[in-house]
Amino acid sequence: MTRLSPARLLNGAATLLLSAAVSTAAFAADPLKIGFVYVGPVGDAGWTFEHDAGRKEMEEALAGKVETSYVESVSEGADSQRVIRQLAQQGHDLIFTTSFGYMNPTLKVARAFPKTSFMHATGYKRSKNVGTYSARFYEGRYLTGVIAGQMTKTNTIGYVAAFPIPEVVQGINAFTLGLHSVNPQAKVKVIWINSWYDPAKEREAAEALIAQGADIINQHTDSPAPVQAAQEKGVYAFGYDSDMTAFGPDAHLTGSVVHWGGFYTQTARAVMDGSWKADDTWGGMAVDMVKMAPYNKAIPQTVIDQVEAIKAKIIDGSFHPFQGPIKDQQGELKVADGTTMSDGEILSFNWYVEGVQGELPK
Amino acid sequence: MLVNVERRAQGSRTMAYMSPVLAMVLTLFTGALLFWIQEQNPLQGLYTFFILPVADLYGLSELGVKAAPILLCAAGLAVCFRANVWNIGAEGQLLMGALFGSWVALQFLESTSGWAMPLVLLSGALGGMCWAAIPAILKNHFNTNEILTTIMLNYVALNLLLFGVHGPLKDPDGFNFPESALFSEATTLPVLIEGYRLHLGALLALLAVVAVWVVLSRTFIGFQIRVLGMDSSAAHYAGFREKKLVLLVLLFCGAMAGLAGVSEVTGPIGQLVPTVSPGYGYSAIIVAFLGRLHPVGIVLASLLMALVYMGSEMGQIQMGLPLALGGLFQGVLLFYLLACDFLIMYRIRWQGFASNVATNEA
Repeated sequence: MTRLSPARLLNGAATLLLSAAVSTAAFAADPLKIGFVYVGPVGDAGWTFEHDAGRKEMEEALAGKVETSYVESVSEGADSQRVIRQLAQQGHDLIFTTSFGYMNPTLKVARAFPKTSFMHATGYKRSKNVGTYSARFYEGRYLTGVIAGQMTKTNTIGYVAAFPIPEVVQGINAFTLGLHSVNPQAKVKVIWINSWYDPAKEREAAEALIAQGADIINQHTDSPAPVQAAQEKGVYAFGYDSDMTAFGPDAHLTGSVVHWGGFYTQTARAVMDGSWKADDTWGGMAVDMVKMAPYNKAIPQTVIDQVEAIKAKIIDGSFHPFQGPIKDQQGELKVADGTTMSDGEILSFNWYVEGVQGELPK
Repeated sequence: MLVNVERRAQGSRTMAYMSPVLAMVLTLFTGALLFWIQEQNPLQGLYTFFILPVADLYGLSELGVKAAPILLCAAGLAVCFRANVWNIGAEGQLLMGALFGSWVALQFLESTSGWAMPLVLLSGALGGMCWAAIPAILKNHFNTNEILTTIMLNYVALNLLLFGVHGPLKDPDGFNFPESALFSEATTLPVLIEGYRLHLGALLALLAVVAVWVVLSRTFIGFQIRVLGMDSSAAHYAGFREKKLVLLVLLFCGAMAGLAGVSEVTGPIGQLVPTVSPGYGYSAIIVAFLGRLHPVGIVLASLLMALVYMGSEMGQIQMGLPLALGGLFQGVLLFYLLACDFLIMYRIRWQGFASNVATNEA
């Protein structure tokens, strides 16, 4: 702890005046200022945690060349636009807005700051200086399905899901396809909690699914609460976003984990050398944006070998989780044998594949 | 005893006004201490928190944007609280205003009519009134406790809003994302200064405060409300119709909160989203009491509350201060206010070293 002294106070006041005087003048040698807007707390152990880990990794990789700041728990309502604008106004050259709800606010601010580069995660609207990025989580989710199909005894899997948007439906479908590839009898039950981060609701949903006979819990929400619930009830679970082993050492089988650091570093480099373009990046296992969390010891080696083999095929492009034949819930063939769904189709999923129970909220 | 605490014969008027000021000063000192503990320069911390956010016209306009919904709700709540009607439901009334207003606004997507905007605002106010009428009727006819009914209706309102934004009001071209279409120009609230987000709602909020002032202090109905609040049996003997007054104050508050909600969605947000309010209806309760249920006090308190929110964002951007500091500031301020309020009814008397000397000053 530092001591409060008059000299220190004076020094602070002088710094203030000085910083006010020089803040208007930008120097070429200045580090690239990069801002992050987070939807949750950095300690959520999931979505925001991983974005912040990416920020730190980038800071380390480009030490001295970049300077970062972030604002956490920014509401997706009227507040987000002010925060994004403040970051731009305070001289940030590159701003990552890391939640879907920031899409329109990001576009509005970007119009007023044409020289600033904006990157919006998981959105679908772009402009001259707003690019988008997301990860192909579904690749990892398919693999968790392959594991789940061979670990379940009740043939019932519970899925705690946030919002019925394509990104989440895509994950449920990929998981179910993986599940059915090894165990056609297994069923997936989904509970929508209408929130990305609400540990109490996530836990409640997981417990309700376990009470309905689910012996494996999968999740598409941001906190480790479902893994914790599974650990307490003695069933298995898959984490999401980050390695959640610590929250349920026995329960946590593995999980589809995201890794933003490489992408953030690459984007910052592109902005620095002027090659940045406002386009869309949708990276998967091949570019190391999606990974698998460490496997639980309870998974038989044969299953791990099988999963690793499929993973290698996904990486070299010889296998795609959404390649036909794929049937919908009514058993109708939606994707013919020999064809693979396009990115556009995957990004606008509004139907469940065979094996998911219940109706998709429309 | 060196220090003696004694009850005042009558509440001190001076202390009633001085207590918020004293609380604020103590908060600033505690804040400086908090910055110091964080190893930050206290002066720079306070500057970043309380001055930098409003150092330019943009910041000032944003202060208005942030304060407007809180102020509208607080104006309505102050009238309720004056009548001893404990309406905790401004949040729900705000959300219903946003929902009703958005529904009407979405009917005018193609319109350029000048009537669209007034109609949307009116329907927002009406939405809030309908929602506030429920606890009023329940209280008047079934003698229910309005604290409980209004609180519970907040959750109902939130779920209705979620239903709307996930269901019938969802943008048909929005890939199932929980957002409505962007409102048309005709149903977007006009801004007061070109290029800034400060909108008509801020003006409406100030008008509402003036109206509250005039009604409470200059009209017979205002007198009735105050009498009801001070002594309901006196109001009863005077022949005031209590039930009518309860309905009236709740409807007024509903209208104000509804207006706040519809101003948010048609103003800074521009579409219906699930996160219309980060708890404005609850902040308004604090603001109403911080402002002593007095119009001028409420205006100042809402600005202060808005400033703390913005300061917390700026602290994160500029100094990497934790988000929790903003919440801490709010909590500390309330704590000191409650503590200082003690001095309204009690006085602390310094008795010197010659103890046991009875003083009987009035």
